[in-house]
Amino acid sequence: MQSDTKAHVDQLTSPAGHPVTVLRFEGDIASTSKDAVLGTYQGLPKESAKLVLLDFTKVDYINSSGIALVIQMLIEASNSAQKVYAFGLSAHFTKVFTMVGITKYAGLFPNQFEALAAL
Amino acid sequence: MIAAKATTVEVRLPSRLGYEKVAMSTAAAVAKLMGFREARVEDLKTAVAEACINAIEHGNRLNEALSVGVVLNAGEDSLEVKVIDDGKGMKGLPHKPDIDRKIHGEEDPRGMGMFLIQALVDEAEWVAGANGKSSYVRLMIRLDKEAD
Repeated sequence: MQSDTKAHVDQLTSPAGHPVTVLRFEGDIASTSKDAVLGTYQGLPKESAKLVLLDFTKVDYINSSGIALVIQMLIEASNSAQKVYAFGLSAHFTKVFTMVGITKYAGLFPNQFEALAAL
Repeated sequence: MIAAKATTVEVRLPSRLGYEKVAMSTAAAVAKLMGFREARVEDLKTAVAEACINAIEHGNRLNEALSVGVVLNAGEDSLEVKVIDDGKGMKGLPHKPDIDRKIHGEEDPRGMGMFLIQALVDEAEWVAGANGKSSYVRLMIRLDKEAD
């Protein structure tokens, strides 16, 4: 019933010249998304992937279990001196992420262009 | 289409994660028929989904022999949603998640469902059923004529 979560990784360079690792998600982000969300993140090389950008453009449904996976990622990123940012959230999920405090640890941007420009 | 008098819609879900989306879609359809603006429909969808997830996971403990009842009562200026399970009811009241404590491993990263429910609707109450069964959460979202 829940749509599978797909994830893939892109390597980009910000206009300022910093390497940025983009995790692009597709489908639902829910309790069944652990491998796609945490597994994909944990497969990144911690030494080189210092700027991580999460792309939620193709995500329609995020529930509290999915938010918990994002928080688990932020915990690991905090312990690995990585910085995490996100873009592509709907207005509603931008509000939800703000309500639960995620914005304190992950900057949110409306789109990839604005995110990269800030990194 | 505006509901001139109370209209009731009922949905019965299997206790299987993912089926909360059926209740979510139904609630959204009713709210749109009542004239709720899009942002409030999104609030309702998340609140109803979280209430159903709690009922499936904690109330019915993922027992697929049990079902979750969702009753939507559309009034003239508000929508009430009851999500009913066979559990003993939720213990305690929702607390605001502390992101700093979560990030530092002092608080479980999970456990935000009840907080989201309470934060996104106008009223939320958790009622323990008699004999430890038929507990429910009741949500109320009002059609704000000024804003809507």
